[in-house]
Amino acid sequence: MNIPQELKYTKDHEWIKIEGKTATVGITDFAQGELGDIVYLDITTKGQDLAQHDVFGTVEAVKTVSDLFMPVSGKVIEINPILEGSPEKVNEDPYGEGWLIKVEIANPAEAEGLLSAQAYKELIGA
Amino acid sequence: MDTKRIPLHHIHESLGAKMVPFAGFMMPVRYSSDIEEHMTVRKGVGVFDVSHMGEFVIRGPRALDLIQKVTTNDASKLQDGQAQYSCLPNEDGGIIDDLLVYRIKADEYLLVVNASNIEKDWDWISKYNSMGAEMKNISDDTCLFAVQGPKAAAVVQKLTQANLSSIPYYHFTIGALAGVDNVIISNTGYTGAGGFELYIPLNHAEQVWHKLFEAGKEEGIKPIGLGARDTLRLEKGFCLYGNDIDDTTSPLEAGLGWITKFTKDFVNRAGLERQKREGVKRKLVGFVMVDRGIPRHDYEILDASDNTIGKVTSGTQSPVLGVGIGLGYVTIEHAAPDTEIYIKVRERKLRAKVTKLPFV
Repeated sequence: MNIPQELKYTKDHEWIKIEGKTATVGITDFAQGELGDIVYLDITTKGQDLAQHDVFGTVEAVKTVSDLFMPVSGKVIEINPILEGSPEKVNEDPYGEGWLIKVEIANPAEAEGLLSAQAYKELIGA
Repeated sequence: MDTKRIPLHHIHESLGAKMVPFAGFMMPVRYSSDIEEHMTVRKGVGVFDVSHMGEFVIRGPRALDLIQKVTTNDASKLQDGQAQYSCLPNEDGGIIDDLLVYRIKADEYLLVVNASNIEKDWDWISKYNSMGAEMKNISDDTCLFAVQGPKAAAVVQKLTQANLSSIPYYHFTIGALAGVDNVIISNTGYTGAGGFELYIPLNHAEQVWHKLFEAGKEEGIKPIGLGARDTLRLEKGFCLYGNDIDDTTSPLEAGLGWITKFTKDFVNRAGLERQKREGVKRKLVGFVMVDRGIPRHDYEILDASDNTIGKVTSGTQSPVLGVGIGLGYVTIEHAAPDTEIYIKVRERKLRAKVTKLPFV
């Protein structure tokens, strides 16, 4: 199970990479494995200000549908354009090419409550 | 209820399957990827372990009478070595279960039922067995492997002397396979991809499983999970009990008029005959998404004016077509092919079109 040390995690299986005021968000390797083949990312929140834990989109696998939650409050400033034609990138490279959104962070203090790689590893029992 | 294990549970685990509870059993939902497994069956050959399915033997001089009473299709038309799709109607217009009826010989039949309904079906059939037919539940002693795909017959043929090309669709033979006697080799399946279903006595199942994989090496045979089984059957428009048909849906509404034969007496025949005469008010239809989106079980179906006209019973993105497809009940006015309907997906109203089945 791939759980990069440098990222932060949520109990809903999103990862977040914070770089100054912006952050990149995706789903974890564990999450993509549980979902199976991802065939559609339904994310229509570009430009919206969302609160931490709000739904920013939906991931659709062949067999399952799952909501995607904001790890921190902020504005969705970009949706990964590759996902429109190649949603399978989320399965193949969940921490790289398969990232989901970029967020302009509203409240940097919220990052304190996110899980470390170690804590996330314990959460999923890996 | 305790979740049971199928006999080859350990093999599926060792193959890396993700095991999930389904119909009271821990079942392999996928080994690698749903889409890859789906395409393996469409283009090559794959094996499903569907040993959770239930099997009842009905025997004796009154066996046919009992089967005729509880099922809608006409089992008197069957010859030895022939099978038919049928259903068990309830008294109130709905369906207890759908099933396969195999005629082994004139006074011996095999009924193959859904795993989730084994007890319910057994009790239901027993209730109508006033004629005293002998009934035996052999579900726990029988394994069922579905070898499916265009290359399936070639693989199975390597393991048996029986001439498979002489067994037509919905026919079967009983013979030796992979050194095991009394295997039912049946030209049936739930994928629309062709192939054979093998009913094997429990104590020899593991041997047959391994022989299948040795024999199919050249053809690239793979184990296939229930995830792909569901998308494969949906592309062909086959009903899944509990989703598309249940205790509240009539066979006529579900498009199963072709297995509802009023040439004989059966449970609720009068009720279904009346429904046929008066016409159904809703119908199970297939539809394809026009807008981007994936229909799912229980999503609402709307008309252009936002009136609810039905519900989605099964939906997915078709791996072959790459678009959303589904089955659902709609009011009869919206059931004709090419009718534009709308699926409510997360508060959005997405366009879809009623389509003839199968999708693929």
